[in-house]
Amino acid sequence: MLAVCMRQGVKESPLLSVRGLHMWFELRRWGFGRTGFVRAVAGVSFNMRRGEAIAVVGESGCGKSTLAKTILGLYQPTEGEVIFEGKSLNGMGIKKRQWYCSQVGYVQQDPYGALPSFMNVHRILEEPLIVNRVKNSRERQSRVREALEEVRLVPPDELLSKFPHMLSGGQQQRLVIARAIILRPKLIVADEPVSMLDASVRVEILELLKQLQHQHNLGVIYITHDLATVRYFSERVLVMYAGKVVEATEVGSLLSDPCHPYTRALIVAISDPDAANLETFKEVPPGEPPSLLNPPSGCCFHPRCPSAIHRLCNKEEPPQFEVKPGHLVMCWLYRK
Amino acid sequence: MEEVLLRVEELCLHYRTSRGIVQVVDSVSFEVGRNQALAVIGESGCGKSSLARAILRLLPRNVAVYTGGVFLDGTNVMLLGEERFRQEVRWVKVSLVPQAVMNSLNPVVKVGDQVAEPLVTHNLVKKAEAQERAKQVFRLVGVPLDFLQRYAFELSGGMRQRMAIAMALVADPSLVILDEPTSALDVLTQANILNMLKRIKREFQRSFILISHDVATSSELADSVAVMYAGQIVEVSNAAHFYHEPLHPYSQKLMASVPRLRQDRKPEFIPGQPASLINPAKNCRFAPRCQLRFSECEQEPPFFECGDRGRVKCWRYA
Repeated sequence: MLAVCMRQGVKESPLLSVRGLHMWFELRRWGFGRTGFVRAVAGVSFNMRRGEAIAVVGESGCGKSTLAKTILGLYQPTEGEVIFEGKSLNGMGIKKRQWYCSQVGYVQQDPYGALPSFMNVHRILEEPLIVNRVKNSRERQSRVREALEEVRLVPPDELLSKFPHMLSGGQQQRLVIARAIILRPKLIVADEPVSMLDASVRVEILELLKQLQHQHNLGVIYITHDLATVRYFSERVLVMYAGKVVEATEVGSLLSDPCHPYTRALIVAISDPDAANLETFKEVPPGEPPSLLNPPSGCCFHPRCPSAIHRLCNKEEPPQFEVKPGHLVMCWLYRK
Repeated sequence: MEEVLLRVEELCLHYRTSRGIVQVVDSVSFEVGRNQALAVIGESGCGKSSLARAILRLLPRNVAVYTGGVFLDGTNVMLLGEERFRQEVRWVKVSLVPQAVMNSLNPVVKVGDQVAEPLVTHNLVKKAEAQERAKQVFRLVGVPLDFLQRYAFELSGGMRQRMAIAMALVADPSLVILDEPTSALDVLTQANILNMLKRIKREFQRSFILISHDVATSSELADSVAVMYAGQIVEVSNAAHFYHEPLHPYSQKLMASVPRLRQDRKPEFIPGQPASLINPAKNCRFAPRCQLRFSECEQEPPFFECGDRGRVKCWRYA
């Protein structure tokens, strides 16, 4: 009951709101001469409720990881802002920034690369507590154990003295998740948390994340290239292409009625295990995502788009059209 | 099945490590027909890639046991000497598209020369003719001809993968082993490359062995499926039946773990850890994780034939 009240209570004020975010990286020649900018994130806006799971889907190089890192505060955005619980990240002091970091957990893609190989499990989990001044060592011990039990790395006693290389891939990813939740954050940013794992373990890890989300009323930003796992995990999806969100809607609506030609191609391209696949060819657009250094004029998808409108799509960038309430598409096909 | 191109019989490949003998490939037998594609699927570490290397005899130095028969067009190529195997079989009859493509292309040689190289080293044709042949395979795999002059690092992941496939096709082998050809690529690129492979299979009558951990994409190319678990093949089925209703409990679990886009089925996971390949127990290797096990499972099961569906290494089909 309390959880329901809490959820309704905060509905008005979003947990996280991203406004017109741009993250450009400067390319230099010989250290001085500018050669241009890589527009990794070019104008992304969305709001997120407390306890909501949002998926960001896109191909590699579309800027989804940069978006994650900018939200985490690891990059200083070129333009736009990230607002967490009403406080903007821009111009946050060191104290405030540390508070923000304790409120946001990060689950990396490659668990082995994300864990320091010279620390054992106990030390890895204790570190964030020490940094955030949990002085009582007995409290630290109990929280480390609690976190291990929460991600079902049991029995904790056997694992505490182990080093990352002694754990299996699934266990490593659980440890990364345990580290992300040990400070009891309100938001978790999971950057391709299962793409390095085997299919049979993948589902297990996603289920664990989902459970933690419900249990602690966590907001989760799930970044992935795999649309098939999204429907089991999140309520809302943002489809990214070349640094922009081209379609944003509820998962069900996206799968039953995809609007943007890119989303449609993505859905067609994903196979389900079925022997009939052998007989058919898939209709996918040829070519590759554009260079973010010199993005095409107009709509960034127009060079590959099967239904591009002559002399419109290649000239002007489409704004976001609302096809249905809550279903935004950035495509001229839906102009009113 | 049509005419048999490759028959593998009781192939064993064991590695020597400081912790003991690792039985990566343990008595594996299967057949690949002409113009057929066999998908070998399984989790990582189950010995799929080692199987590919064992067929091509690309072995590391710590091999402890390497026995069995590999029959290509009826002749046992395991009996050939190392040099004859290189000249007559490897790349001429059987070629490989390796897993990590970036690491398998030479960064200081232009890709055009690289693709033509197998023809020259095998003394099949003169250099000029090899270049001409390279152009043909470039067209075949859908790479613009001006890429001949580029280096590997100038290409995107999808283009590099096409390059590796071009290199495997250039000497006109009858069998191509594809080791995870699409697992590192984006969905759209993946679909494009699978379309290309399908077209090549149809038009040029090639056979493929597709090694993959991705059950869903393997269904795009496979005529039959072999499931590997802990170094052993546990099921060989024809694709029409397999993707609909696999036989072995492990295959069933694996199929259930695949998230689906178009069907409302909640994916499941397989509890427990894969069996260790060092001194594996003499029971059915999947038994400790199997929910359907019974007393028979303490013994290692033989293969049981299941009519036209295939064969399966599980006591439930005795």
